[in-house]
Amino acid sequence: MLTCLDPLAGRDKVRVSQLTDGTLIVDGIFLQQMVNGLTLGSVYGLIAIGYTMVYGIIGMINFAHGDVYMVSAYLAAIGLAVFSFFGVQSFPFLILGTLVFTIVVTGVYGLVIERVAYKPLRNSTRLAPLISAIGMSLILQNYVQISQGARQQGVPTLLEGSMRFSIGTGFVQLTYTKIFILIAAFIGMAILTWLIKCTKLGRMCRAVQQDRKMASILGINTDRVISYVFIIGAAMAALAGVLITMNYGTFDFYAGFIIGIKAFTAAVLGGIGSLPGAMFGGLILGVAESQFAGMVNSDYKDVFSFALLVLILILRPQGLLGRPLVTKV
Amino acid sequence: MSGKAKPFLVSTTLAAALVSGVVHADVVIGVAGPFTGTYAAYGDQVWRGAQAAADAINKDGGVNGDKIRLVKGDDACDPKQAVAVANRLIESDKVVAVVGHFCSSSVIPTNEIYADAGVITISPAATNPKVTERGLPTVFRNCGRDDQQGIVAGDYIVDVLKAKRVVIIHDKDTYGQGLADATKIELNKKGVKEVLYEGLTRGEKDFNALVTKIRATDPEVVYFGGLHPEAGPLVRQLREQGVTAKFISGDGIVTDELVSAAGGAQYVNGVMMTFGADPRNNPAGKSVVEKFRANGYEPEGYTLYSYSSVQALAAAFNATKSTNGEKASAWLKSHPVPTAIGNKEWDKNGDLKVSDYVMYQWGPDGKYKQL
Repeated sequence: MLTCLDPLAGRDKVRVSQLTDGTLIVDGIFLQQMVNGLTLGSVYGLIAIGYTMVYGIIGMINFAHGDVYMVSAYLAAIGLAVFSFFGVQSFPFLILGTLVFTIVVTGVYGLVIERVAYKPLRNSTRLAPLISAIGMSLILQNYVQISQGARQQGVPTLLEGSMRFSIGTGFVQLTYTKIFILIAAFIGMAILTWLIKCTKLGRMCRAVQQDRKMASILGINTDRVISYVFIIGAAMAALAGVLITMNYGTFDFYAGFIIGIKAFTAAVLGGIGSLPGAMFGGLILGVAESQFAGMVNSDYKDVFSFALLVLILILRPQGLLGRPLVTKV
Repeated sequence: MSGKAKPFLVSTTLAAALVSGVVHADVVIGVAGPFTGTYAAYGDQVWRGAQAAADAINKDGGVNGDKIRLVKGDDACDPKQAVAVANRLIESDKVVAVVGHFCSSSVIPTNEIYADAGVITISPAATNPKVTERGLPTVFRNCGRDDQQGIVAGDYIVDVLKAKRVVIIHDKDTYGQGLADATKIELNKKGVKEVLYEGLTRGEKDFNALVTKIRATDPEVVYFGGLHPEAGPLVRQLREQGVTAKFISGDGIVTDELVSAAGGAQYVNGVMMTFGADPRNNPAGKSVVEKFRANGYEPEGYTLYSYSSVQALAAAFNATKSTNGEKASAWLKSHPVPTAIGNKEWDKNGDLKVSDYVMYQWGPDGKYKQL
């Protein structure tokens, strides 16, 4: 009946449902925006982990973290190029090799940045490493701009194709890449949670987070633990870098800036210093942005996300999952 | 310090006096643009075009019997440097005309300096509408305007594609939103009301939420006002979500980088854009193009626009039998000039009467062709 009336039969049927029944349209669009938001949010979450862990352990905001992600995007492209040059064509091996390569090299970046820019300032004022972080961010951006050029870089599509689910009269389109991102981000977060909860390294991290001086008295090499935390944060950013490069196929030397700010927002939203908070905050931010852009206006989606942040911080100053600050007397 | 500076000052004044004594007979034309920095390739095109035109005119007897001499002014597309360059060209080089500047952002602050000195300027590339809209009598441009692009795109959408459902997206920037608004005005004038008009954030790569919203309006055409770093991901995500609507944009995406920004030629296949017609194909400039090629240089980009600008200046000076900027400007605004890129006619603002914007389309090989 509807298809007879519709001159654009065979096209996206959502419009038809909009004409006949205002409620049905929500199905397809709402779910599609959920998918958009969750993929974006899981990537925010992965990067937010780097901010939150560093803050938790040395109380400093690592503003260079967004640029570490940017470097990892370049490394991912280099890794892909190298592995396909040596004849690795099957997707699982290609992506696995690239992931390992990117995570290892980005981890080294994280380690070196900590050694060069933050460790010498460990016992100075709180502001000094903050300024040093901003400087490091500029150095990374310019170093990549000079060595790789200011051009937009691209990588070919690795996973072609998509699935389409019909829902009501609308549909949800899921590319295989998006499904891969959701799964990979979930696995990454699960491994990290296991690492922190169940291993000796994790126990040391938690001890240093609770009381650095006490931990060192008890025989924990706090400097080494701090280095580990930077490596872990960089590795998570590297995972995000590989996933984003796969999904959008493009990046440039400035790509770390906006996504770094968003991930930092996610970390604060979830409660900075809290690991599940960073993941949860990322997902909330991604979904809120997508749903607002879809239902209201994409011009103001950032205004909405930051208004949400302000609101949550007024009601819960420690963030959604953060521990309230205990004032010691 | 000041003691040391004095002899230097004296010697430069002396040198300047000597040089100006020799130069007096020449017609000095400044060529201003980015000869260093990121956009230096464009500056080179402008210089080569102007140089070739000056040589050809000098060979045919010059301007009012005098030879044209060109001087370079390097502004690096930096507005602050452009102002310094403009002052230098007027004060020490005593130019009577300027071809340039190149970037709109350099043209706008320098126009008034040249106009005060009565120096006629023709920009071969500045497309911002503001360039010619400030009532300055000696300001010209030898290229189209961003709002003329909008008219060409709007007409194409309505008349050729016969589209009724048009989505307009912009990047909330002066250029991008200006272009989107110009297209929107033309569409509305032709009776097509856009089904969605929204902005995206420059620097982001994820536009999936916006794309889902676009999909819900079931568009036939998506028009985008902006630059290639955002256009690439946007068109890719449209295709990934199954939107098959025609994607049209302006001269902000005319670069091979669009393909890498989209992550593959398969996504930009079929994308259309407005851009100036390739001047090398103009029959009026056949011999000029051949001469360039014989000298081992391909006159690409703005080379011929610059060539044509020098021709127009020479024609105006010859016709008015002087090098007075105001007289030459008045003459240019009332007479068509035959140049290497066809007959050029200017209106009272100094804009070209006929814009040469045409539609281009990207092919599956990641290259674009004029339609």
